[in-house]
Amino acid sequence: MTTAKDFTLAELIITAAAEAWRGDGELLATGIGTLPRLAAGLARLTFSPGLRLTDGEAYLVAEPVPLGPRGGASPRYCGWMPYARVFDSVWSGRRHAMVTPVQVDRWGQANISALGPDFRRPRVQMLGLRGFPGNSVSHKNSMFLPNHDRRSFVEGEVDVVASVGFKTNNWPAGAGPDFVRIGIVVTNLCVLDFGGPDHAAQVLSLHPGVAFDEVQAATGFALLRAPGLQQTPAPTEEQLAIIRRLDPHNLRAGVIKGNPPGAGSAGGEGAALADAEPGRRP
Amino acid sequence: MNKEITLAAVVAELRDGMTIGIGGWGPRRKPMALIREILRSGLRDLTLVAYGGPEVGMLCAAGKVGKLVYGFVSLDVIPIEPYFRKAREAGAVDVSELDEGLLLLGLRAAGHRLPFVATRIGLGSAVMTNNPDFRTVRSPYGDGEELLAMPAIRLDAALIHVSRADRAGNTLTFGPDPYFDDLFARAAEKVFVTTEELVDTIASDNPEDMKANLFEPYLVSGVVEAPLGAHPTSCHYGYGWDLDHLKAYAASAGEEGGWRAYFDRHLTGDEARYVASVGGEARIRSLPIPTF
Repeated sequence: MTTAKDFTLAELIITAAAEAWRGDGELLATGIGTLPRLAAGLARLTFSPGLRLTDGEAYLVAEPVPLGPRGGASPRYCGWMPYARVFDSVWSGRRHAMVTPVQVDRWGQANISALGPDFRRPRVQMLGLRGFPGNSVSHKNSMFLPNHDRRSFVEGEVDVVASVGFKTNNWPAGAGPDFVRIGIVVTNLCVLDFGGPDHAAQVLSLHPGVAFDEVQAATGFALLRAPGLQQTPAPTEEQLAIIRRLDPHNLRAGVIKGNPPGAGSAGGEGAALADAEPGRRP
Repeated sequence: MNKEITLAAVVAELRDGMTIGIGGWGPRRKPMALIREILRSGLRDLTLVAYGGPEVGMLCAAGKVGKLVYGFVSLDVIPIEPYFRKAREAGAVDVSELDEGLLLLGLRAAGHRLPFVATRIGLGSAVMTNNPDFRTVRSPYGDGEELLAMPAIRLDAALIHVSRADRAGNTLTFGPDPYFDDLFARAAEKVFVTTEELVDTIASDNPEDMKANLFEPYLVSGVVEAPLGAHPTSCHYGYGWDLDHLKAYAASAGEEGGWRAYFDRHLTGDEARYVASVGGEARIRSLPIPTF
């Protein structure tokens, strides 16, 4: 495997996000949004062959379906997965989704529903709860946020708890977050998880050119440096080739503003290296 | 037995304040011809239960809605339904915002004539805080787990768009996903179906064809022939959703008098006038089924 020299931040994120599904065995993998979907396909075609993917409509497919217009090419179907069966799969626990919430808080709770203090009259109505409460109490969820800032990683609690987390006083007596499993959270700055002491948020890797203090300043709650904090590994040429095949129309270029390079041309690289050793692939 | 009726006859069966479930999913196979008939009527103060798409936004825009029960309201490629957003941000409607799966479970409980179903879904989330009437129950078995008692969602009427139907109320629904039309049908006192194609009988020599039959004919109170009746939402395999129309509709929500202009342009006449106003039958039938 050859480490790529020339890649975009979006491609770095796809490669980092694919790691969410490493070791998952056989289950339904769902990446919601362009980069998570490419990440799931990349994981499926490399180190997690047991992942089962859909065409984004109602069928399981034999191979990840490339994004965008297919020029008449039809996916090869190998199973039916209408919404009713998606719910059955969700509730059985045999699924790992990567979702794209608008707000995340220190308890790992996430919001896609609405913004503002008064739910009866929200400042901004967004999607609604969708399947987030059921997903988050049933199976593992990872997250992708394209703009890591204090509006997305909020200081207090998310405005609407769509995806549940580890805030125990949100749970009734006799129930609790035992079923909650949060995987990795991939952003335009770093990869973090809620695997610190008492589910504290911890940074696992910093993208090239990003310093820990920069991530902390962009986050509304305290972050820990995970043991073994490293630099997010660059994609390999082999991974880039797969990403290009799965995204022939380069939709990934439109996800991160300005489609910046992934190798960290911005200043602060020296500071970043003080925090993180260049990554080794596990 | 002849259950064929008209759009107007369906609306005449509905009353102010009723709880009405709407089949389909987002911008997919919505009974829009019936929605348009409701928009032209004097009905008001409706409680809508839906995997919401443009029908929810339009009924909100027209002031027909007292309460919404939903998991989402979306036009998919236009993620947030514009008039739903407007109504919510104005505090104009009461809501019960649910997890999509809770909506499924509530409808299923109603169809099974149960008061509630026990589930873990919703616990620890805004479902509990924003639906203060929801209660929990404790498992009577050794685990003693506390669970949400998701209440049944009973419907006065369900409105569903199908692909093919006959006058006895037998229906076939084509396409990759039946969504939850069967649960809407079972949860409702009365089911009104619009159909792309009305035939003498759906009977077939091929039993495989009958997998497209989603619910029993004895649940169906009325059948309306409504070709192109899902426009501007998609209807397999007849036509895809009308993205240009949905974009213009969405844009109207940001314009002064936008809903009135939309109404005047598309909804003042009958369905034939509507189809003409959106470019005609040939144009609708050429709308491609989207891929993802």
